[in-house]
Amino acid sequence: MTVPLLKVRGLKIGATAYPPGEKPVAIKIVHGVDFDLEAGKVLGLIGESGAGKSTIGLAAMAYGRGGVEITGGEVWVNGRDILKENLRNLRRLRGAEVTYVSQSAAASFNPAKKIMEQVTEAAIFQNKFSKADAEARAVDLFRRLGLPEPETIGKRYPHQVSGGQLQRCMTALALCPEPDLVVFDEPTTALDVTTQIDVLAAIKEAIAATGVAALYITHDLAVVAQVSDHIMVLQQGDMVEYGTVDQIINNPQEEYTKALVSVRSIRHEEKTPTDNPLLRVENVTARYRGTNFDVLKKINVDIHPGQTLAVVGESGSGKSTLARVITGLLPPSDGTITFDGRVLNPALATRPVEDLREMQMIYQMADTAMNPRQTVGTIIGRPLEFYFGLRGKAKQKRIQELLDEIELGKGFQDRYPAELSGGQKQRVCIARALAAKPKLIICDEVTSALDPLVADGILKLLLNLQKIEDVAYLFITHDLATVRAIADSIAVMFQGKVVRYGTKSQVLSPPFDAYTDLLLSSVPEMKIGWLEETIEHRRMESAGN
Amino acid sequence: MHPILKLIAQRLALGLLLLFAASILIFVGTSILPGDVAQSILGQSATPEALANLRRELGLNDPAVTRYFMWLGGVLQGDLGTALTNGRDIAESLGGRLKNTLFLAFWAAAISVPLAIFLGLLAVRYKDRIPDKLISAITLTTISIPEFMIGYILIYWVAIKWRLFPSVAIINDSMSLGEKLNAIAIPVMVLTLVVLAHMMRMTRAAILNVMQSAYIETAELKGLGMLKIIRKHAFPNAVAPIVNVVMLNLAYLVVGVVVVEVVFAYPGMGQYLVDHVSKRDVPVVQACGLIFAAVYIGLNLVADIVSILANPRLRHPK
Amino acid sequence: MKNIPISAMIGLFFTGLYFLMAILAPWIAPYGMAEIVGDVWEPSSSEFLLGTDSIGRDLLSRMIYGGRTTIFIATAATILSFTLGSVMGFFAAVSGGWVDQSLSRLVDLIMSIPSLIFALVVLSVMPTTVPILIILMGLLDSTRVYRLARAVAVDITVMDYVEAARLRGEKIGWIIFRETLPNALSPLVAEMGLRFIFAVLFVSTLSFLGLGVQPPQADWGGIVKENKEGINYGIQAALYPAYAIATLCISINLVADWILTRTTSLKGGRG
Repeated sequence: MTVPLLKVRGLKIGATAYPPGEKPVAIKIVHGVDFDLEAGKVLGLIGESGAGKSTIGLAAMAYGRGGVEITGGEVWVNGRDILKENLRNLRRLRGAEVTYVSQSAAASFNPAKKIMEQVTEAAIFQNKFSKADAEARAVDLFRRLGLPEPETIGKRYPHQVSGGQLQRCMTALALCPEPDLVVFDEPTTALDVTTQIDVLAAIKEAIAATGVAALYITHDLAVVAQVSDHIMVLQQGDMVEYGTVDQIINNPQEEYTKALVSVRSIRHEEKTPTDNPLLRVENVTARYRGTNFDVLKKINVDIHPGQTLAVVGESGSGKSTLARVITGLLPPSDGTITFDGRVLNPALATRPVEDLREMQMIYQMADTAMNPRQTVGTIIGRPLEFYFGLRGKAKQKRIQELLDEIELGKGFQDRYPAELSGGQKQRVCIARALAAKPKLIICDEVTSALDPLVADGILKLLLNLQKIEDVAYLFITHDLATVRAIADSIAVMFQGKVVRYGTKSQVLSPPFDAYTDLLLSSVPEMKIGWLEETIEHRRMESAGN
Repeated sequence: MHPILKLIAQRLALGLLLLFAASILIFVGTSILPGDVAQSILGQSATPEALANLRRELGLNDPAVTRYFMWLGGVLQGDLGTALTNGRDIAESLGGRLKNTLFLAFWAAAISVPLAIFLGLLAVRYKDRIPDKLISAITLTTISIPEFMIGYILIYWVAIKWRLFPSVAIINDSMSLGEKLNAIAIPVMVLTLVVLAHMMRMTRAAILNVMQSAYIETAELKGLGMLKIIRKHAFPNAVAPIVNVVMLNLAYLVVGVVVVEVVFAYPGMGQYLVDHVSKRDVPVVQACGLIFAAVYIGLNLVADIVSILANPRLRHPK
Repeated sequence: MKNIPISAMIGLFFTGLYFLMAILAPWIAPYGMAEIVGDVWEPSSSEFLLGTDSIGRDLLSRMIYGGRTTIFIATAATILSFTLGSVMGFFAAVSGGWVDQSLSRLVDLIMSIPSLIFALVVLSVMPTTVPILIILMGLLDSTRVYRLARAVAVDITVMDYVEAARLRGEKIGWIIFRETLPNALSPLVAEMGLRFIFAVLFVSTLSFLGLGVQPPQADWGGIVKENKEGINYGIQAALYPAYAIATLCISINLVADWILTRTTSLKGGRG
């Protein structure tokens, strides 16, 4: 029987929290986890935020980040329990036998040193390679990872390459010393979806070519299904389920795993456009003050009453700017916006209160969208007071109605935002928007900061509210699964332009334009072998051209 | 032109502009007086004729703008005017005193800068443990006492009780370097204590900030030892903030010098300035104020330029 | 109130004690402020707890009255610098544009000259009376408050909840007083402590240089000046103000530290 490369038994991890004005409290992050990883295999660790997956990954290097401490259990690497090793021996392990790829390569590279020096540092320091050999190996890895100019890219500084490229450099950094195990900690989460697929493919190829074992940590089951052999599902520091990728994806046993697998499977019948759009954006062009290029170029879209227009695009596509223009925060340099049959004044300050009331906004970060010094009651009550002059009992009654509508119920009026969970905060923001009885709600990436299951709950709530209140949504997102779930019509934005626009079924059926095709095909699917198929498909297409 | 040179040229121009504006401010500050200079020189009993004569002599009848540009023109040619109180050339009187002040400030900086950086590193190394807490308690105390009082406390103990060094710091050109250093020992100690606290606290914060970066974690996970991490990864990024801290505190030192010179009767610029403020000798005050402001602005400018030079994003643009 | 750490308790106690002594000075001082009651530099005795000063006045009484003057001037200057600095800072942050630019550049200019030098320049032509000292110190120090208030307010005004209020159509008054101010208050209060310390040190320094409070009025800086010759004979009279200032300033520092940590740990929390 082969000895596993990594054997974890009864791993317990804790930390010390410092609640304001109280004695420090010991909190448990991981309560006893067991697993094995054989040489050359990839184990995916999946779970929502707070599941303890990063902490477990770092425990494979006997490292606790910040105040995190490994409080019990065994971690065997190459036949020895590394939790019993002294710091000297741990230093020989870290960067030689086990290496690490972090979520943010931009922060993990030293800004003052050239890339090559940082990529080869561990290999040379750990006496794995001579300087010349390490550099040759790094160039080889750069080439394998599909980096441009592999011979010379190492001479650049981290800020001189793009985010996706730097993430590949980080992978090269981890693979350079020929480790036995690499810990990948959400390596593609911070990237745009069209960049993610390439980095993912590069990582997968590099793992296969070097025969290294890996722990792949992510919150996205569709991503982990592409690169792993086994998957471990974690929830709040406990293992929920462990199995092969096939078992987890196609035959999950536990309720929690089933929920994760079926996430984003909301289906929504699309409504047909009306003749009288609620909001009409015509030829809108806009730029920020002090810049010399247009962030939005001749945008034309309609939103129909009680329907949802999803605006989808990657970072820098101008989708959030469109929201700022519609709300009047950024007056357009050209074009008109018609709302409910009347032309809106370009600037916020000149719009009548009634226009403001009928158009409400919900933000991505519910944390910063609510004043931390106001209670939920004040936050929801203010629009009631401001627009409808509600006071006293009538106001209280209406606040409670709204809280019921967002499925929070009683006992929330006197709470402060800090006392709510992420999903609850976003629900309060929805209630604040509803309080104004708007005809249109602009939702700016409202689910992207939330865990998948919580995000699903919010989407279902929004769909439900649309039925009851007959409100229209302008839904801005980078996530195509969300678009599928909620949209009636879709506008795809790229570099300040709408490149594709129509009803959901039109936009999502072929023939596609090049960008929409790239975007749609880059979204990971919960299907084994999706990554290879897509890459192969693209290769054949480009060969055909 | 390399963009970094352009940035530095901009900063230099801005510094000059600021100095020019500061000179206006100093001039205006000494022109808003309710009485007038002639009155304060001659006293209340002066005859109207004498007052009128003096006013004409001092050019007080000219409009303020004319007087300002005449003063500025003089300053640019090295002519700081003559003192009202004794009629001596200000530039001449200042020369030797400026040298003395710089001598004192130099030795205070030479001791406090390395010491502050060392203590800052020590506090980081033993963060939240006894050395760190001890250092921060002592610095908190020295921040909470005015410079001159630290001066007298040291005179009381070091000079009077223990008789280690003299309590007045009188130096002249005939003294050897050793004698001079002996004379300024206590003032240097006072100045060191005064700037040490700020400098050490800020150094500690700057290093901690760097040590909490993700790239330090990357280095740790490469298996590098603490010393190597500090030398290769923390230091290159901590240089700019530390130089910044040092420059800001040297600027602070310049102000501390004024008071300390008075305490120790040290023949420098500060004492000269304070003396003439009480005598209401406006030309001297303007000249000294301008020189102090120039040093202060200059040090801040150096701090700015060092941060620009140390920023890899600016040094190696895309 | 149950969660106050010991250091903050000590700080609060001494701060309170000093302010009480300042207010009650005429009732608790054993002798009059300028009353000559004994010999020059008498040692401490049951009659004169801290001894007498350079011309035979009771030093304890001088210290109590001196504390009253110093604390009064520092408090008044802090109130002035604080009101002016924070109002202008908020105004600049919320207005933005050229208002912000011109105010900020003016503050940069004033801060390009060290405060003490600036004060000396102005005092060379101004009479040194208490109101002038207060106004001068308040104006000079308001530049620092301005910078902090503006920075804090700018941080808050870019928050989504402020944007949400603007989108709702709220007036500027609601945005300043209901959305911005409550979140800016704690760092500003902590800063107020530091500004007060600075004012105490500053007025003491000016008096010591002979350019602040004028005799026979007592203040802590002046007491050092009056008794500094005694040091050479091993008489500690000039050192008592140092001890007093140190304990007062450390106490306020401890309280300010506590307020600040309390705020940071409350970030986004209730209060």
